[in-house]
Amino acid sequence: MFDFSIVTAWIDHFLRTYLDEGWALLVEFVLVGLVILTVYAVLALLLIYIERKICAFFQCRIGPNRVGPWGVFQSVADMVKILLKEIIKIDRADPLLFRIASFLVIIASICTFGAIPFDPALHAVNFNMGVFYLLAVSSLGVIGILLAGWSSNNKYTMIGAMRSGAQLISYELSCGLSLMSIVVLAGSMQLSEIVNQQAEMWFIFKGHIPACIAFLIYLIAGHAETNRGPFDLPEAESELTAGYHTEYSGIQFGFFYLAEYLNMFIIAAIASTMFLGGWMPLHIVGWEAFNGVMDMIPPVVWFFGKTFFCVFLALWIRWSFPRLRIDQLLSLEWKVLMPLALINILFMALCVM
Amino acid sequence: MTNSALFLVVLITAIFMVIAALVIAKLLAPNSSSPHKRDPYECGIPTRGTSWIQFRVGYYLFALLYLIFDVETVLLFPWAVGMRDNGAQGLICVLFFLIILALGLAYAWKKGALKWK
Repeated sequence: MFDFSIVTAWIDHFLRTYLDEGWALLVEFVLVGLVILTVYAVLALLLIYIERKICAFFQCRIGPNRVGPWGVFQSVADMVKILLKEIIKIDRADPLLFRIASFLVIIASICTFGAIPFDPALHAVNFNMGVFYLLAVSSLGVIGILLAGWSSNNKYTMIGAMRSGAQLISYELSCGLSLMSIVVLAGSMQLSEIVNQQAEMWFIFKGHIPACIAFLIYLIAGHAETNRGPFDLPEAESELTAGYHTEYSGIQFGFFYLAEYLNMFIIAAIASTMFLGGWMPLHIVGWEAFNGVMDMIPPVVWFFGKTFFCVFLALWIRWSFPRLRIDQLLSLEWKVLMPLALINILFMALCVM
Repeated sequence: MTNSALFLVVLITAIFMVIAALVIAKLLAPNSSSPHKRDPYECGIPTRGTSWIQFRVGYYLFALLYLIFDVETVLLFPWAVGMRDNGAQGLICVLFFLIILALGLAYAWKKGALKWK
């Protein structure tokens, strides 16, 4: 089976034979940055295309089909268009915070993206408290969203930002708590360690019912974290035009757009890493031949397969349910999901002992 | 050490992406200005007053509750990592901690802090 450790080891060896220690490290760091940037951009384009196509099929339409075969270059064309659009400055906005807000959202998104284990070797940031890092960095996006709404000095953005702030901080709790039950099961917060422990059996199977409940809670809460689907009241277009990014234009709007799609991917990637085994193939204890066949499939394919399965679930939910009211949204979190997640942790602890 | 360095690499990559996109947009995008373009996008009629006003208190209550429970999450994570070593004793200690928190949540619920007014 092929994994990227062969490629990275070869590059490392190649650089070290021709360059000094320090220079080789520097070149490797630049390569890591380039790879992250490329994968981030390509995934964003791919996700936008997938979302539009799947949404179209849910609504019995064809979707984008003019630019390139089956419309595959549609999102590239959109990207070029968004770069060509003017960045409008608003008179009443706070100029500095207005700019910083859009940067914060995308920087938080890329920093979270860097910690995802795509493959045994394609794993940039691997802190021993990786889960903590993911939660901490991804929650920085809330600051960007609140700043965006406040600094635009517009009533729609203000209401959108306030709703978004309340929603994101509330659902972050159940995200953290449901991931905590997996940390209880794994006994480690390092993402590579968590993935390695799932070699025999994925955590969603190993953890019995508590892990399944945690997975469901994480899917719901994570979906709410991305401000999409039935939880899209921060940008409810029928009441708030576009919510917190109403005033943004050109590439600054593009940052919000990219970050939204990539956050969807990041949530799905975390779900697959923590619950569905990350890049680990599906193994069933005792079925040696089956396990052997599953090992033939490269880890990257497993990772992206699971992640896109979760992305598809998110899209399915998004296009199937009507929008919630804010009181329903908050009571779902505070009266159902969070108490359930708390009790779930205790159950998980009992199961592990 | 390598991880911290890699985190810095990711951070610099993010900042580089922002700057690069802004420079490209600056080069490609048109730039013209008119007073109507610089208006806030609201209803088409001139906006009344500022939006930086007092806001409804409901959001503030949820922010306070969030603060309590988020700190609690931070405190619980170390226990979660060392769950196996601490065993039953650790679980009982955490149980008391959780009961106190649950009482707090029940109090807030009873007082109507969770109700959207």
